Amino acid sequence: MPNKKQDFIDQKLQDINNDGVDRRGFLKCMAWAGTGLVWTLSGGIPISRAFGRSPEKNAVKGADFSFVQISDSHIGFNKPANPDVTATLQTAISRINALPHSPDFIIHTGDLSQLSKPSEFDTLDQTLKSANPKQIYFVPGEHDMLTDNGEQYLQRYGKGTKGAGWYSFDQKGVHFVGLVNVVNLKAGGLGSLGHDQLEWLEDDLKGRSASTPIVLFAHIPLWTIYPDWGWGTDDSEQALSYVKRFGSVTVLNGHIHQVMQKVEGKLSFHTAMSTAFPQPAPGTAPSAGPMKVPPEQLQKVLGITDVNYMVSGKSLAVIDSPLDGSSASASGKSGD
Amino acid sequence: MKTIGMIKSVVVRSKALAFAGVMSTLMFCAVAAHSARVAGNPPSAAAGPPAATGTEVNIDNFAFNPAVITVKAGTQVIWINKDDIPHTVDSSEGKFKSAALDTDEKFEFKFSEPGEYPFFCRMHPKMTGKVIVQP
Repeated sequence: MPNKKQDFIDQKLQDINNDGVDRRGFLKCMAWAGTGLVWTLSGGIPISRAFGRSPEKNAVKGADFSFVQISDSHIGFNKPANPDVTATLQTAISRINALPHSPDFIIHTGDLSQLSKPSEFDTLDQTLKSANPKQIYFVPGEHDMLTDNGEQYLQRYGKGTKGAGWYSFDQKGVHFVGLVNVVNLKAGGLGSLGHDQLEWLEDDLKGRSASTPIVLFAHIPLWTIYPDWGWGTDDSEQALSYVKRFGSVTVLNGHIHQVMQKVEGKLSFHTAMSTAFPQPAPGTAPSAGPMKVPPEQLQKVLGITDVNYMVSGKSLAVIDSPLDGSSASASGKSGD
Repeated sequence: MKTIGMIKSVVVRSKALAFAGVMSTLMFCAVAAHSARVAGNPPSAAAGPPAATGTEVNIDNFAFNPAVITVKAGTQVIWINKDDIPHTVDSSEGKFKSAALDTDEKFEFKFSEPGEYPFFCRMHPKMTGKVIVQP
């Protein structure tokens, strides 16, 4: 219902009239709900484009392929913030299946389960069976590696991976790298990639043409968002130094259960909403963790991310969509 | 449970409440403090100063409370997870390691030797604490 949604967006724009922000300039004020944000990189220069139409129309023209990022399904969680995380994951899958362009695959950026229990992984797999894209790539979150050094996770999702589950693959000229930064963490520290994985990454990227678009995905953000809450990775700088020479690098993360985006030259960072429960914005609560919202709001703060790749422009457009089908919610603040 | 006399300051998780004059324990128990993060998460019965020389460590809001606990050699320390997210208790020196503790689950460890035993949550390593064991 494009008219209804357009009215909603117009109304929201009027609500912030006192900012003196007009339709073109509203990107400056990222603190309101109701817009999807599309970042594209063209020739190394980020171009952000306001995107106010319904998610059903958000297939970027000329996209050569697309994939969807989902994250933090936390199957097994059953507290007030969301008593039925399987149902909201099912809704996310319905939204994926409703996309007009069928995504080539799905990337799950971790915290598949709540407690690494076999029953939780079973339920996840069962639920994902109803997704149209059959190819699903995973990286583990800290909730997935709780038993026997991640035995349960690696048995199910670790085929062909190295170490704690890292790997890479290529799709239509884009090089994807799944990284694991949730094991062997040090007391007082943040996420960690570790020496072995960094060595492997350097080697994996060697010799690739700088015009190859790169997508890195890992659970904990690979940029420092909020260290007090562990939202960062201690040795990500080294990893990012390996991709510095490439013309287009997109980093996809989860863990924080809200959308945050940052563009630094040719490098763009994006964190996804959870399909299970939201978390507070940095510093706005005593700690991180499940944040309860009014029941009618829940589907607005959970969501999926649609990523469209344009071969000609060698750029990726990242579009977040809440589960309720409205345009993406706020919190697209840049970190530092 | 310790008897608390005149309470000068209290750590409350909800909005700051202004109290003038004498505050009694009764008033604290009656206050319906609610978590800023999750509704329906009841606060501890008496939000007083942490039990620095007891044998229990509470885990809540991504923190160990008390963060530092002092016990005599031979004491069993009990960690209880009151948070709505699982946590672990891992010795920084590999001396003990709990399973993932869901809400209301416990981990116990008996400290036989005097010394200092730093620990952390291996899921959320910013959460740190220490057990000091005296002879």
